Amino acid sequence: MEKMSRVTTALGSNAISGRTMFCHLDAPANAISVCRDATQVVVAGRNIFKIYALEEEQFVEKLNLRVGRKPSLNFSCADVMWHQMEENLLATAATNGAVVTWNLGKPSRNKQDQLFTEHKRTVNKVCFHPTEVYMLLSGSQDGFMKCFDLRKKESVSTFSGQSESVRDVQFSMKDYFTFAASFENGNVQLWDIRRPDRYERMFTAHTGPVFCCDWHPDDRGWLATGGRDKMVKVWDMTTNRAKEIYCVQTIASVARVKWRPERKFHLATCSMMVDHNIYVWDIRRPFIPFATFEEHKDVTTGIVWRHQHDPHFLLSGSKDSTLYQHMFKDATRPVDKANPEGLCFGLLGDLAFAAKESLITSDANRKPYPGGDRRYPMFFFKKPDPTEQFAHVSSALSVFETDLDSHRMDWFVKTAQLYLLSGKPFAELCDHNAKVAQELKRPQVSTTWTMLRIMFSDPANLATPGPNHNLGKLGTLPLMNSFSLKELGSGMGAESRLERSKGESRQDNIHLEPGNSYISNNEENEETEGSEGHPEYMFGDAELDDDDLYSMEHDNQTEEQEYTLPQEAFQLRHEIVDNLSAPEHLQQDKADSPHVSGNEAEVTCLTPIESFSLISISQPLFSPHLPASFFCPIVREMLSYYAEQGDVQMAVSVLIVLGDRIRKEIDDLTQEHWYMSYIDLLQRFELWNVSNEVIKLSTCSAITCLNQTSTTLHINCSNCKRPMSNKGWICDRCHQCASVCAVCHHVVKGLFVWCQGCSHGGHLEHMMNWLKSSAHCPAGCGHLCEYT
Amino acid sequence: MMVNGEKERVSLLVSRGSVDAVSQQMASHPQYLESFLRTQHYILHMDGPLPLPYRHYIAIMAAARHHCNYLVYLHSAHFLRVGGDPKWLQGLEVAPLRLRLLDNINKVLAHQPWLTACSHIQTLLKAGEQCWSLAELVQAVVILAHCHSLCSFVFGCDTDADFVPLSSKSPNGTPPTFCPCDAANGNTNVPQSLATPSEHITRRRVKIYLYTYLNLIISFAFIISFKDTEEEEEMICLADPSRFITDPDFCYQEFARKEEDHFQVFRVQDYSWEDHGFSLVNRLYSDIGHLLDDRFRSVATLSSLHSDDLKRAIWNYIHCVLGIRYDDYDYGEVNQLLERDLKLYVKAVACFPDSTKTPVCPLRWTPLKTSERIHINLLIMEARLQAELLYALRAITQYMIA
Repeated sequence: MEKMSRVTTALGSNAISGRTMFCHLDAPANAISVCRDATQVVVAGRNIFKIYALEEEQFVEKLNLRVGRKPSLNFSCADVMWHQMEENLLATAATNGAVVTWNLGKPSRNKQDQLFTEHKRTVNKVCFHPTEVYMLLSGSQDGFMKCFDLRKKESVSTFSGQSESVRDVQFSMKDYFTFAASFENGNVQLWDIRRPDRYERMFTAHTGPVFCCDWHPDDRGWLATGGRDKMVKVWDMTTNRAKEIYCVQTIASVARVKWRPERKFHLATCSMMVDHNIYVWDIRRPFIPFATFEEHKDVTTGIVWRHQHDPHFLLSGSKDSTLYQHMFKDATRPVDKANPEGLCFGLLGDLAFAAKESLITSDANRKPYPGGDRRYPMFFFKKPDPTEQFAHVSSALSVFETDLDSHRMDWFVKTAQLYLLSGKPFAELCDHNAKVAQELKRPQVSTTWTMLRIMFSDPANLATPGPNHNLGKLGTLPLMNSFSLKELGSGMGAESRLERSKGESRQDNIHLEPGNSYISNNEENEETEGSEGHPEYMFGDAELDDDDLYSMEHDNQTEEQEYTLPQEAFQLRHEIVDNLSAPEHLQQDKADSPHVSGNEAEVTCLTPIESFSLISISQPLFSPHLPASFFCPIVREMLSYYAEQGDVQMAVSVLIVLGDRIRKEIDDLTQEHWYMSYIDLLQRFELWNVSNEVIKLSTCSAITCLNQTSTTLHINCSNCKRPMSNKGWICDRCHQCASVCAVCHHVVKGLFVWCQGCSHGGHLEHMMNWLKSSAHCPAGCGHLCEYT
Repeated sequence: MMVNGEKERVSLLVSRGSVDAVSQQMASHPQYLESFLRTQHYILHMDGPLPLPYRHYIAIMAAARHHCNYLVYLHSAHFLRVGGDPKWLQGLEVAPLRLRLLDNINKVLAHQPWLTACSHIQTLLKAGEQCWSLAELVQAVVILAHCHSLCSFVFGCDTDADFVPLSSKSPNGTPPTFCPCDAANGNTNVPQSLATPSEHITRRRVKIYLYTYLNLIISFAFIISFKDTEEEEEMICLADPSRFITDPDFCYQEFARKEEDHFQVFRVQDYSWEDHGFSLVNRLYSDIGHLLDDRFRSVATLSSLHSDDLKRAIWNYIHCVLGIRYDDYDYGEVNQLLERDLKLYVKAVACFPDSTKTPVCPLRWTPLKTSERIHINLLIMEARLQAELLYALRAITQYMIA
């Protein structure tokens, strides 16, 4: 046989005709292939290997290639391909690892031509070169691809993917030397047939096996891949890195993918498991199949377009032992059954609603939405053939603006910005928030705040706010040490005690020996100093948080600070500046970290009774009153009410302001849910600062961890340059202390500051002191370090 | 680095005694252990269609098929801890009908998985009021297969022999896994001989409890909550695994040539884990496919003395005795690569992991190293797991098509 012309036959005047038809096979098919002139199809499987002629009305069995009384496993085919140049030549991939070629021109009954048994495992795929008669490629479970010259007895080259099993190999339609191979581990490789030593390019296309790939028949650079992860992806291979340009999500693993002839954006897929249908996709419309063929009763194992220039005929073989010819015009169009309706709320309460135009037009009152032009389907075909495009689904979009006033959500934004959630005594917070609500004309909310203040403030403070402040000022006196201990268990006092003790313990750590403060605070400080050795704690949690927006207002309120829960973050730089000049102020900030709030959570709900009894030493008893816990059920109901009403802002704000007073009353899941909803809302309104404050003030571990994501700092050992894994200051590998202070030559376990010029550094304080008196690096390197 | 860290972690836990015997054995392969534990945790404790007591009861049923006391006790304890009805532990006949229906497929999968047919699935799914849903069934099948294969491992590693069942009269010495919790309960101070029965039970139950695997949150609630009478009753319950099964004589038979005519040989090329099993199981019980995939993968890549050829020979041999054939494998290699003793060992562990039955022949295979033995056992376990899953999933596929 002479090599045939390389020009493919265009569809001539004798156009293919036929109808949707099928025939029963004797056994399940594994693969099918069609000869070049589209008149015959070969079906191969474990127990079948037959050629059928495609006639006008039916399939006619032409030849049974499976001969012999007990055929060997060489006849058990995993794949088959009919040569596109040489009409007598077929190749099969056998499940036992053999690659077999068949010559139909042979006079004997057994048409077997060549037998290559070089693969050790099942051969998954065979592929003839599109233009080269004697070149055959195979891909096997053993991870190798082999190229055969059919004039020789052995393979001419072997390609080792170095990955796992090869699932598919496909010669490029346009590039003579290129072929693509897909692998069980999700990779796709591109090879040059002349270079068996190394692939040209490799990329990970899917998670899990890539079962199939197919080059676009017209476009040089497009490769479609299908995988077990239920995706079909189209890759642009012309660029340096393979770029995913389209992705279709199907409902089952994709076993085969075949581009549709003459339609640039169409491809057909079938699945290996569960789903028996064949889908034709328009890759630009990935959410709904363009057409579906639903004839098969078991999984479809082979699909092939009957003629390489005719988009109307699809052949398929299946495990249900049938062979089908599908006419495109008989396909099901899922889009006809789809509901082109959509509904969405806008941020400001607007409602957008899209529906099929025919449904809407009957509504005479409808006014077209001024801003939104009706979008027509985004693509057109040059020759408008109704069967060849998605049905013109044009939905009409209506936008319903809120009736009340167009800026209905303004109050939300304003409230979020103006509310104070922390940083002041409880009563003042409530008053402030009540005022905010009042100004925004929300009397109910305002009253709620006022009532909360009445319920939970202790009576003494209510009557005379003065002593409250006195107490606060008292706290700054040096004598408070003993005072605060006496106050143990008192209502408002407990918080201030906590505050002060933090200050003390910090003070001790700096100036004296640690010891006489509360254990919890010691632990806290140790952790902040990073001596526990977790790399994340290297600089302390609090320092990592460089959000200082709230600490600014905080700084000016030194008087009230005895009462505040110092939840604010602060900037590293800020602290350094203040470190020596205002130690007390700093210490409170310093002790601030999520761990503190954990400690505070353990402080039981404090009742005014207790505080009253203590404060009553100086204050006369005013009137009988109810303990705050009496109100807890009511407040809980109130919070649920607000949350139900959609005002999750109120629920969360009250939750934060009341803190421990109410926290135990509401189960964690509900709290978390409220927090999440509120944070979500805040972020939609781009109120990042408020949302961050809420995250910080929340006590749910699930919420507070939100702003700790990606705050880990990885460091390498300064000696061996390997990553430090276990502790921040000693290397596991070289057992050297990685960070030694250049001044005192001790290990730095807390804050480490280093010069960006010479990389020497040490304890923050030491470096600061050193550089006050000297301009040169303490390490003696001669660098003129600068500390600002 | 990862591996080292993991090793350290595991060895630490082992030294603390808070890892069960199985995990201890597997600890020499930390990467495998991780994927094993992740799967086990997922199927027994995480999201899934079956209620927690059901899962453990199914595990009990599966382990009882091979008279594996260790797993039966372990899951009985779990069963009670997750709030299962103690009555069920009296035997299968007391359990709900739905669980009793599962007995048949349990029996078949455990001993002659090639008998698993579409009809088994159908009876379960079409049982009227008491029918199973497909998703529940898949989870049940995964638990069954997991526990059957784990029985092989337990048997192969002699873990069961170390475990002294309740009924035995002479519990020797201190519990094998000592834990501070024991001391916390005051149990260590009770001299063995003086311990009253109920104390003994408590102690025993603590011990059972300690067999639970990594990272279990320890709560002694269930220990305390039982009154003495219930404990007595329960002691009887835990005595004999055979009460959880029917037809105890049903056991493995040669998948002989003659059967190949009856039951068509299972060809991996027609139904493989990678192509078919994974997709089906993952669809009906989300994420389990990835976890199992991970297990099969990590057992295949275990570093060991054995060559890849030998591993493949063992794997295919196990599948072969269970009726699964590979087109692309020359079974002559099995005889070349596997010495006779090893072959007998593999077959015994895979098919007769039951110390109460006399083995077909004594196990003479003595590996050079324990780790080698563990590696072989892991291979057997995973191969068996995959084989059972393949049969069960193929039956489900057939049911879905029909």
